[in-house]
Amino acid sequence: MSRAALLVLADGRFPAGGHAHSGGAEAAVGAGRVTGAASLEDFCRGRLHTTGLVAAAVAAAAALGVDPVELDAAADARTPSPALRTAARKLGRQLLRAARVAWPSGELDALAGTFPKGAHQPVVLGVTALAAGLGPADAAYCAAYESVSGPASATVRLLGLDPFDATGVLARLAPEVDEVVTRAVGTAREAVGAGVDALPAASAPLLEVFAQAHAGWAVRLFAT
Amino acid sequence: MHLDPSPSHGGPAAVSADVRRPDGGRRALRIGLGGPVGSGKTATVAALCRALRDEVSLAVVTNDIYTREDAEFLLREAVLPPERITAVETGACPHTAIRDDISANLEAVEDLEDEAGPLDLILVESGGDNLTATFSRGLVDAQIFVIDVAGGDDIPRKGGPGVTTADLLVVNKTDLAPYVGSDLARMAADARAQRARLPVVFQSLRGEDGARDVADWVRERLAAWVA
Repeated sequence: MSRAALLVLADGRFPAGGHAHSGGAEAAVGAGRVTGAASLEDFCRGRLHTTGLVAAAVAAAAALGVDPVELDAAADARTPSPALRTAARKLGRQLLRAARVAWPSGELDALAGTFPKGAHQPVVLGVTALAAGLGPADAAYCAAYESVSGPASATVRLLGLDPFDATGVLARLAPEVDEVVTRAVGTAREAVGAGVDALPAASAPLLEVFAQAHAGWAVRLFAT
Repeated sequence: MHLDPSPSHGGPAAVSADVRRPDGGRRALRIGLGGPVGSGKTATVAALCRALRDEVSLAVVTNDIYTREDAEFLLREAVLPPERITAVETGACPHTAIRDDISANLEAVEDLEDEAGPLDLILVESGGDNLTATFSRGLVDAQIFVIDVAGGDDIPRKGGPGVTTADLLVVNKTDLAPYVGSDLARMAADARAQRARLPVVFQSLRGEDGARDVADWVRERLAAWVA
């Protein structure tokens, strides 16, 4: 297993479309719910333990070889907002494009054949981790960290938040990212034998509701 | 043309610059239009669509920064049917979407070819940006950089990647030069000095057939593409 491959995959500059998404931060800023570093931290903590946990578990399960078609359906079931489902598949398709060039593999080609318009991003992330010689915990780390790093960097742009403060938020959340990954990998291992119903189904209703409203905004900086 | 040989591992095509589509057909020529805010990129795209739409099958991708304004302008002007215009959202960073992370734009051009194809030409319009914003060669085959005389006649002298390296430099709104005190001769001399042998077009879209020179340049690129 290559540590450096994990850095490549987790790099915020990995060209997989994430820069156009705020992970719900733009809607939360618009609603006056995120106004500075403290409320950003609360927002990120909530996202980490709900959709972050689910994404991490799906990614870990995919890296353990659980059937991508079942995982994609499981991710759908855990994503009530149609806007977020569409976005997750778009991001999955974009990640798949980058991943197939970075780590050419039969598994990624097969995934592209099954899902020409994209599978949920965490599913692709897990298969990518496999192709890169990484393990389920690595895939879960990428998903869990992304669930908080996306909103943090978007908030720097949206609020003019001090970038050092935003990075401080991520650093303070790091121990909780570790916990979420441990939990996610545990459930993913259960899912190998027991099926995808063993995966967590934590959800953040306000994220889903706001995402749906945000998709209808006429003027916005981010796609989600 | 600027095409990198694509690594292939026997699977479906994944690489951006592949000349062939997965079904074996030739993909459309992709031309990027970049340049500062308000220089006339969208107006140039609209004029190109009017000039070329009866000759070639074409489509447009817009990269609006925070609205769908450019796409809606093109729809309102009815330069193309709606299914041939797609807007990409860029997350506050238009240059990222055309250079550093081109995945959303690649998806848009591929979807246009799938759904509105077969296409000969796709124009990819960047969101208004700064003088350093250029397109990745993984996204477009050639790029046009659009500046205007009202933005300051020192822009060609200042240079920057857009002015110096674009395959075509367009200096727009020449009709405004007398009103804003811009010296067109100086702009032309500075542009020549910055760009060696690369072409420059001065245009005003106020007159009849204002985009004629740019349209001719696009026709030449198309002829070379299918040759």
